[in-house]
Order: sequence, then C-alpha cells, then structure tokens
Amino acid sequence: MDLSYTPAELEFREEVRAFIRDNLPESIRAKAGLSANYHGQDVRTWHRILNDRGWAASHWPVEYGGPGWSAVQRYIFMEELLQAPAPEPLSFNINMVGPVIYTFGSAEQKAHFLPKIRSLDYWFCQGFSEPGAGSDLASLRTAAVRDGDDYVINGQKIWTSTAHEADWMFCLARTDATAKKQEGISFILIDMATPGITVRPIITIDGEHHTNEVFFDNVRVPVTNRVGEENKGWDYAKFLLGNERTGIARVGLSKGRLQRARRLAELSEALDGKLSDDPFFRRRCIELEIELKALEITALRIIDRQRKRNDGKPDPASSILKLRGAETQQFSAELVAEVAGPLGLAQTHGGHVPWQEFDEADLTAVLGAVPNYFYSRAATIYGGASEIQKNIISKAILGL
Amino acid sequence: MDFELSSEQSMLKDGVDRFMAQRYSQDARGRFMAEPEGWSRDNWRQFADMGLLGVGFDEALGGFGGSMVDTMIVTEAFGQGLVVEPYIGSAVLAGGILRHSEFAGREDIVADFVQGARILALAHEEEGARYLLSHVSTTARQVGDRYVLDGRKVNVIAGDSADILFVTARVSGSVRDEKGISIFAVPKDHPGVTIEPYLGIDGSRHAAITFAAAEIPATAVIGQPGHGFAIVERAIGDGIAAVCGEAVGLMDAMLKTVVEYLKTRNQFGGPLGRFQALQHRAADMYVATEQARSMAIYAAMMTSDANDLERRRAMSFAKVQIGKSLHFVGQQAVQLSGGIGVTDEYIVGQQFKRSTALERQFGDVDHHLSLIDHLDRRR
Ligand SMILES: Cc1cc2nc3c(=O)[nH]c(=O)nc-3n(C[C@H](O)[C@H](O)[C@H](O)COP(=O)(O)OP(=O)(O)OC[C@H]3O[C@@H](n4cnc5c(N)ncnc54)[C@H](O)[C@@H]3O)c2cc1C
Repeated sequence: MDLSYTPAELEFREEVRAFIRDNLPESIRAKAGLSANYHGQDVRTWHRILNDRGWAASHWPVEYGGPGWSAVQRYIFMEELLQAPAPEPLSFNINMVGPVIYTFGSAEQKAHFLPKIRSLDYWFCQGFSEPGAGSDLASLRTAAVRDGDDYVINGQKIWTSTAHEADWMFCLARTDATAKKQEGISFILIDMATPGITVRPIITIDGEHHTNEVFFDNVRVPVTNRVGEENKGWDYAKFLLGNERTGIARVGLSKGRLQRARRLAELSEALDGKLSDDPFFRRRCIELEIELKALEITALRIIDRQRKRNDGKPDPASSILKLRGAETQQFSAELVAEVAGPLGLAQTHGGHVPWQEFDEADLTAVLGAVPNYFYSRAATIYGGASEIQKNIISKAILGL
Repeated sequence: MDFELSSEQSMLKDGVDRFMAQRYSQDARGRFMAEPEGWSRDNWRQFADMGLLGVGFDEALGGFGGSMVDTMIVTEAFGQGLVVEPYIGSAVLAGGILRHSEFAGREDIVADFVQGARILALAHEEEGARYLLSHVSTTARQVGDRYVLDGRKVNVIAGDSADILFVTARVSGSVRDEKGISIFAVPKDHPGVTIEPYLGIDGSRHAAITFAAAEIPATAVIGQPGHGFAIVERAIGDGIAAVCGEAVGLMDAMLKTVVEYLKTRNQFGGPLGRFQALQHRAADMYVATEQARSMAIYAAMMTSDANDLERRRAMSFAKVQIGKSLHFVGQQAVQLSGGIGVTDEYIVGQQFKRSTALERQFGDVDHHLSLIDHLDRRR
C-alpha cells in the first residue's frame, strides 16, 4: 500500500503543469470563473493544442493516437487540467464515441473517424435522451427504417448538449420496432449537415445555451454509418455510459472552486471582521477539503482495481465517483455562491453590472458564482441521475 | 393558543388567492416583467383597490389595522405565484420605516401609499455590507440647515420607481457602528442622486443609487438624528417575516409542481411516483415546508415583541429555518424534475432562482446562526 505518487509520476505532474502554464491561452483561463462551460471556440482551440502535443486522447490505445499513459498518469493529467482551470478535451469525442468506434467499429470507420475525432475536426454530440426516454433510456422511439443503402430517421432527441456546435451526432435509434425494448436499438453516426435535421436551443437556468432539442424529419443516413451490428446498439451504449462515468469525479474542478471561495471570503465582511476569519466558514472549507481527499483516494482505488482486473468492463463502483463527484461539484459551486452573498444575486445577462469595488478577476468570480451554482444542479441529473447511480450500487454491488 | 385565521383574515386570503388565480399565470408574469419598470402598475392599482397596501398600517395611521399575520397572508399568496411587484420592498420595508418612526407628514405619506398614489423604497444596503445591517458608509454631513449626502446604495427594491426614498446615512461613528445612522426622506429626481436599475438573477428589479453631494434639508430627517438603526432594524425584521411568508408560499408551489410531475411522468413503464426513493424525498420536502410554515408564523407573531433582543433573535431563528427549508425544497424540486428542472423556461427553474434569492435576502443561514450566537453572548 502506498498513497504517494512515484518520483516518475511527480515528474509527469510537473511536465503537465508546465505545459498548461505555457500553452493555455490567457483568454480561456480568464473565462473559467464566469461560465460553467467554455464557448465552443475555446474548447476547439485548447483541444487542438493538446492534440498537437499528443495528449488529446489520454486513454486511447497508442495505435489510435493515445499517449500510452498509465491510469494514474491519466488521472493526474485530468486533475491538472481541471485545477488550472482549463477545458477538458471534448468528452463526447474522447470518452464516448471514440472508444465505441475503436472497440466495435469497422476498419473503414476507424480509419476515417478516429483521427478526426481526436483532432476535433469532427465535433460529436450525444443523441441519446428523448422527451419520453430520460432515465429510462431504453424506451427511446426515434426510428431508423432501412431503405436500400440508407436508414431513414424520424423522431426527436432532447438535451443534446453542444448540438449547435457539432458536426456529427452519435445517435441511438430504433431499428426493430417489434423487438423487446433493449433489443431493437442501433448506434448510428449522423452528419449534422444532413437535410431534415433541425436544432432548437434550450436555455438553461444559468441563462446559457448549452443544450438543444434535435428533430429528425426523413433524415437519410448511409447504413455504413452504423457502428457494430444492427440492433446491438444498447450494448455499445452501456459500454459508452460506463466509460462516461469513470474519470468524472472531477476533484480538480472542486479544488479550484474551493480556492475561489477562500479568495472571495478574504474580500467579504462577516460579523467579526472578514468572512475568511469566520470559524464557521473555515470549517465548511475544511469539510469540503476532506470530502475531496476521500473522493480522490476512492477514484485512485477504483482506477487501480480496474487496472489489475484489466477486463475493460466498467466497474459498478464507478457509480460512487459519479454520485459523490457530482455532489462535491455542487457543494463547491454552492460554497462560492454563498460567499458571493448578495452581490452574487445580480444578473450578468443583458445588463449593466452594478458592482464597483472589485478587480476584474474577482468581479468575474462574483458574477459567475450563482449561475455556476444553478448549472451545477444538472450534474446530479445528466450522465445517469444520482437516484439511478444509487439503484446501480444497491443492485449491482449490494445485491438488493 | 389559536392558529386559525379570523374571518377577516380568511376574506383577505380568499381575495388575494382569487387575484392570483385570475391575474398571475406564468405567461402574464412574463408580460409584467417586460413592462418598463419590471412590474405592473396596473397590478399595483389593484393591490390598492383590494386594500393590500394598507394591511400593514394601523387605523390611526390611515391603514386597515393589520397585524404582521395579515401581511404574511398576502406575501404567502404572492410567493406561490412568484409576484414581481415590489410589495415587500415598498409596503413592508419602506412601510416599516413609517410604522416604526414618528415624524411630521408621516400620515400623509401613508394615506397616499395606501391609495397606490406613491411608491416608497428603502435605500439601505451597500456593496461592502454583505449581510451586516449596521454597515453604513454613506455619509451625511451637516451644513447649516442641510445635510450633504455622499455614498452609494445597492439592492434597492423599487429604487427606480419610488417617489420617496428612505435613505440611511452616517452622521457619526465608524462604518459598522449601530450608533450614528440617520434616515432621510429623499424625493424622486433630487439633484445629486443618480439611479441605475439592474436585474437580479431571479428577474427581480433593483437599483444602485449614488449620492454625490446631494443636499437634503434637515427637516427630512426621520426620527432622532443618529438613532436610525433601531428603526431600520424593525423594518428589516418586518421584511424577514414577510419574506418567510413568501418563502412558504413558494415552497408550497414547488412541492405541488413536483408531486404533479411524479404522478404524470412515466419512466420504466409507470409513473415516477411509484418509486419509494422519490416518495420519501417528496415527504421530506413536505416536512421541510411545514417546519418553515411554523417558523414563519413565529416570525410574524414576534415582529411586535418590544424586547429588542428577543425579537431579533426570533427573526434570525425564523430566517435560519426558512433558509434551510428553501435550500432543500428548491434543490430537490429541480432534482426530481430531471432535465426540465434546469431549464430557464420551466416554472421550477424560475422558482428555484427565486428561492435562492430568498435564501439570501436579509441574511443567509450562516449569517443568522452567527448573529444568534452574538445576541446570546450579549444576554
Ligand atoms: C444540462 C443537461 C445536459 C444533458 N446533455 C445530454 C446530452 O448531451 N445527450 C443526451 O443524450 N442526454 C443529455 N442529457 C439528458 C440526461 O441524461 C437526462 O436528463 C437524464 O437521463 C434524466 O432524464 P430526465 O431528464 O428525463 O428525468 P427523469 O428520468 O424524468 O427523472 C426525473 C427524476 O426521477 C428520478 N428517477 C427516475 N427513475 C428513477 C428510478 N427508477 N428510481 C428512483 N428515481 C428515479 C431521476 O433520478 C430524477 O430525479 C442532459 C441533461 C441535462 C440536464
């Protein structure tokens, strides 16, 4: 048992830190306080910088352009990015669709798509959820009907994040209406420029445009864009969702927010002096720190176990990371919002900002605090809601 | 002990509920917010016609003799429908300055207010104050028979609509002292006063107000010079009780929306409401709402308590419970709604924003816990 990083791992961490410090554009770093998500162009710019360094697809096999890192190195890399803070490589591409294609795709699909997915020449979005299929994803109804060499797709997706930025969508559609729920679904890649696709924005409670509704009206997609076998899409989707869940503790993100809360507290009045001296506030920060430490070690334990099992199957224990990771992201966002206090309650959208007593960085943090808190509420809803993670733990792990 | 409403109070409640049902759909609310002042003057006239603007004032002052319970009946109904008119800011906070002070011309202002002829606002909070009530850095310098005001107020509800602003400024002492604060009645469009409206995250309208060598006649001082804090503290106490009422109405509405959603949203072959995990969550939301309701009643009863320490302690008690309940009920209303709960358009998103603002208005949970501790050490 050894909790410390090896000298080689520490050296690697320094290398990552130095790279981020020297290459992350200042304009992107500055945005981190304000918005829960970066703008599309920021993600593209940074993703490509990472890709040029060979670091965009940190857990892909070397033959498809991965850097050949150990699980611990990948973890260190992600945490350093989050803490910087810098955008993560686009998760839809790197964590979701890429691994599905290199695991289940045809040789042509691998050759065509993987380099473009890695370089972000193709930005993918995830077309899974539908109005009637949220937690119960397998009840999805969007239909793909075979017509010669094409599928003709009709139906609707909802909550399709970044569809307005995306070049492609990986989509679950029903290819056999008569089969049992899970058995008639296929995994299809759709070019977003295909006629018949309409993308409509959904504005979330932080006032931002993160996500969309997507409508399909007789959209023709070549059958060759199907990944894997027809009607086996559910298996690929489960594989994908398992991957989505690992590496999502996002401890670094919460650490960065904790720093921000402490910084703003130095500027805030409390009953006796500054909020940063208030014992109650200080205890809350320490509690969060402890929670983050536990989460970090749990994440490393799960990584270590997966490395030793080495069967490529998602570990149901990764539900712990999704559950606790999302919650600590929320706690940390909440802490910053509470420190911002009444000044956090002014709207930044379409308006004039009434505060005068801050420098730009602190003002950004104050004004971003409450919108970030609002959007953080989505973290326990998307990617399998907390209630669903608890169902997984109680069934798959505890046998209840 | 009696928790029943009197027959007059029941009539008041029926009247406000009817107004809300007829006038305050979500669409209508959007239209009110789009009006130039961010709320509807037409609604304000109806408040006057229904007598709502007078419920907080004694008959001797030209009001309808209402107690704080009456005010709470109104704000609770307003909370259910997310009312955007500045009722608490104008009738309760600025009105509180009138209730808890004595000065020449007070009856005239009340009479006009009750008829809806004048809007009032309290300009007290400052950018650096956070939740500290005695933080006043705006200065009032006496020069002959005038005072010269310099400083900046923020979060002034109805600040850009008000005909009269009640402004706190310091005549002596240092920034956080309770002593040395005076209140001035400043009419609209006064030289040296600049008003910048802005929106809160819940869409509510506020103003920042700057005073640059604004000259105010000494006759505009309300109450004893330098002794304004006690008046402001009473007005904010009334504000806390009114906000407690609004919060309870809001929680009732959130719970109702969520229960309806759990009954009608089908996943895994039936309504979500059949999952026990969600039933228990909804039950916890209900319990939190009822605990808050009890503390709202307590706050309303205690606003008239003459013992300063007991009264202030009670207001903080209430605000802590309300804050905790809002926090839980608001977050869970979003969670149980799933994705639609985090959209800007859906009613739960709007309610959650309002509940977040109410959690903080007049001090959040941590602030009031510390405040209670302070008061207890003074006893
Ligand atoms: C901001 C955001 C971005 C998103 N991005 C994407 C995207 O890019 N692509 C995509 O495909 N999807 C996306 N989603 C959709 C997301 O995956 C769904 O919102 C999620 O699966 C929940 O579904 P729902 O919203 O329909 O809620 P519902 O399934 O209706 O759930 C409502 C509530 O009931 C609970 N619940 C449901 N079933 C059970 C049960 N069996 N036991 C106990 N509790 C239960 C849920 O946990 C939740 O609290 C996004 C969602 C959000 C909010």
